[in-house]
Formats: sequence, C-alpha cells, structure tokens
Amino acid sequence: MKRLTAIAAFGGCLLALPALAQKTASQGIDEYRAMLQDGNPAELFEAKGEDLWKQKRGPKNASLEKCDLGKGPGVVKGAFVELPRFFADTQKVQDLESRLLTCMATLQGFNADEIAKTPFGKGEQNNVTALATWISAESKGMRFNLSQDHASEKVFYEVGKRLFFQRGGPHDFSCASCHGEEGKRIRLQDLPMLTKNPGDGVGFAAWPAYRVSNGQMWGMQQRLNDCYRQQRFPYPGFASDVTIALGVYLGVNAKGAASVAPAIKR
Amino acid sequence: MKKKTQWLIALTTVLVVAGCASVPSVSELNALTDSIVKASFRSQGVANVERVTQTDETNRLCSEADVAGKPLEEKTAKDIEAANLKTIRWPSNGQFLGDWKEGEKIAQSGRGLTWTDPANTPNGGNCYNCHQIDTKEISYGTIGPSLHNYGKIRGVTDPNSAAAKPIVEYTWGKIWNSKAYNACSNMPRAGHMGILNEQQVRHIVALLLDPQSPVNK
Repeated sequence: MKRLTAIAAFGGCLLALPALAQKTASQGIDEYRAMLQDGNPAELFEAKGEDLWKQKRGPKNASLEKCDLGKGPGVVKGAFVELPRFFADTQKVQDLESRLLTCMATLQGFNADEIAKTPFGKGEQNNVTALATWISAESKGMRFNLSQDHASEKVFYEVGKRLFFQRGGPHDFSCASCHGEEGKRIRLQDLPMLTKNPGDGVGFAAWPAYRVSNGQMWGMQQRLNDCYRQQRFPYPGFASDVTIALGVYLGVNAKGAASVAPAIKR
Repeated sequence: MKKKTQWLIALTTVLVVAGCASVPSVSELNALTDSIVKASFRSQGVANVERVTQTDETNRLCSEADVAGKPLEEKTAKDIEAANLKTIRWPSNGQFLGDWKEGEKIAQSGRGLTWTDPANTPNGGNCYNCHQIDTKEISYGTIGPSLHNYGKIRGVTDPNSAAAKPIVEYTWGKIWNSKAYNACSNMPRAGHMGILNEQQVRHIVALLLDPQSPVNK
C-alpha cells in the first residue's frame, strides 16, 4: 500500500488538474501492477522448497519424498488443488501446511507443535512456506477440485461457512464484510467475492504468493492469519481447525478455478 | 476444549456415517463451530478471545441470517435497531460538530485495535477504506456509499439551524451506532464499540456536515 500511495501522491503532484491527476495515478498503478508480472521472486522459494522435499533432514535424517499429500506417498503433482481434504491416518481434515507438519513429524521427527508455535518468517516456518510454494507450483494451471465425499469434509465446509459469516471483534467484521459482494474495494485494493468461484487465479487460487510490498513469501495460513488481524479478531493458531475449515469453504467454492500459485501480489 | 472439539467432530462424523442424519442439524453445526472457535483462537496483544467468544446478539443474529442466506425477519431487524438506538450516547456538551480538519485525519487512519497495535495507538475511523469522502483522496474503498457532498445533498447549509437538526442527529447516531438504523449494516459501531471517542465522532460529523469541509464543496 505504501508504494501505491507513493505512486498516487507522485501522480497528484505532477498535474494540477484533479481529473487528469486521477487518470494518471490509476494508470501509474496499472503500470506498476503490470511490472510486477515481469518476474516473480517466488521462483527462489520454489527452488528452496524442492530441495527441502528431497533433502534428508530432522532427527530421523529423512527426506519428505514418502509424504502423502492425499494422492499417495510421494505424489506431488495435482495434490495442491485437492487440499484441504480428509486424511485417514490422522483422522483429520488437513490443508497443505498442516499436512506438511504431519509429514515433517512422522517422517523426519520434527516436533509439529513447536513448528506450529513458531512465528511466520522464523525458523522451520520458513521451510514450511518454501515447501508449500514448491508443492503449489507443481499444480500450476490445474483446476481446484476438493473432495466433499467424506462426512468430515462436508462438516468442515459447513463450519467454514459459519466462520466466513461470523461477525465479531470491535468492528463487527466478518470475512463477508469484505468478500461477500462482487466488485468492491478497500481503498484501491480489489476484493474477490469468495462465496462462489471468483475466477481463475483469484482468491484461494492465488496463494501462496510473493508480496512485493513487504518482500515476503506467504502461504495460505499467513494470508488467513493477516485477514483475521485486520478484522481485529484474536490470533488464530497455525493450522488450527478454524483455518482448515475456512480453507475447505474457500477451496470448495473455488471449484473449477485454475491455480496460479505461487502468485505475485503488490 | 480440544477434547470437546474432537469429540464433537467424532460425534458428527459417526452420525453422518451411520446414516442417522444425512447432514448434522443446524444447532449441532453451530455448537461445533463455537467449540472450534474456542479451541482455535488465542488472545494476543489487545485482541482478546472474548472478541469472538462473547459477541452480542446483534452480531449473532446477523451472522445466522447471513449463513442461512436470507435477511432477518422484519420484527427481529426492528428489535435489533431499537436496542442499538438505546445505546447511542448523544454529545455531552450539546455540540455535534467538531473540526473537519481533524475529522479528515481520523477518516484517513486505519490504525488501532489489531493484535499488532500497541494499546495506546489512537484509533482511526477507517472511513476511506470503504467510502469516497473528499474527492482529492483517490484511494478510497467502495464497500460503503460515496459520502462526497454528504451535507450539501441533504440541504445542510447551517448545521446549527433547526432545519438541519434531524440530519445532524442522524449523522451522529449513524457513526455512534450504525446498527440503530440498519440492523445488519456492514459499518462498524464506532462510538458504541469504543473505536472512536466522543470528540473524534464530533470531528467526523464536522467532516460530513460542515459547509466549509471539502466534502461539501
């Protein structure tokens, strides 16, 4: 937002006529957005994630190559666009990042609770993000197709729907306050409507993403976490059921949307 | 709490698998959601868990209507509006308008009340996030209606006149507690929920109604 404001301010200074200034500022922003598409630093995280998948690590000195992301041990391609889903071994609905914690614990001997408690951008959390980035990239262009066959998946969809519409906090905000209608913005930021498929590469189909404004790579967990922060809600635990159920709701709604992850954002 | 959540999930799963119920009932799903909320959120900084575990009836009823995908029944909506209207604190000194320049600063600010904001952060009004106000600011949101010419359109030439009184009072009330006029409004209840104090509300009212404010130029 800082950069956008700077560009907007710059446009405003150059031209005295307000109408012209407006046009120039929004053109400037369009140009900025086009420039972003030129190269995506997410590629660096992809490469790191692929290495981490194959590398022997952790107390058990093992790789993640036998990790089952839902399509069988070691199958990565296509896994991303079917998550979150129910896993028989954990008897839980899991998203990509919580499933990675399971694999890092069972295969490599890491302490999943410790990683879940680690703040974003620190220690093993960086590795989870890099892994999620690579795994999402392996499904680039594929269409979201989450299962709703298992009873728990249906229940989590219903819970996710309730969370999406849950008003609370000092501002009475819910997810739907911003994402419940078509064609709305906050400031200049377009808001996808997430109660249905918002289109290819929009909303759920755009994360993980590299954020230019702060130079960070974010997974879906961090995206949801920061939505809740701005919503003035309390802190949702990493991989907590609230985040998983919301993921199911958004993912099922996005059925048929092509994934562009890892995307690049302002 | 975690145990209770897992137990509820297990129960609903068993119910569905056994074919006792094709889908768990609305009340079962609501109870499960409540317990998942309790188990998932934690207090951090100024953002305590009570913000989601102790929401008031207004929010609860509006959320349920949103989930059901149909608006509140008229009587329920009227009751919510009446209850919220009662909470409005009118200006203690009888002054509804403050300084529009201060109002503009408050309207621009989106700060305060997140878990990364220090407790002493002065809260902003977040107004431009959703509304067009002064047209010089091109970075405005569209979730709420444009407020450009707000006072002018409503014929307010002297905010202290008897003729302007109903609009002045409505504007104060809407900012203090938006749900008094629209039960499930998307707009925060700035005064009622302690987002803005009385003096800040005065400045916002001035931004909207002062004939000198750029809003009315």
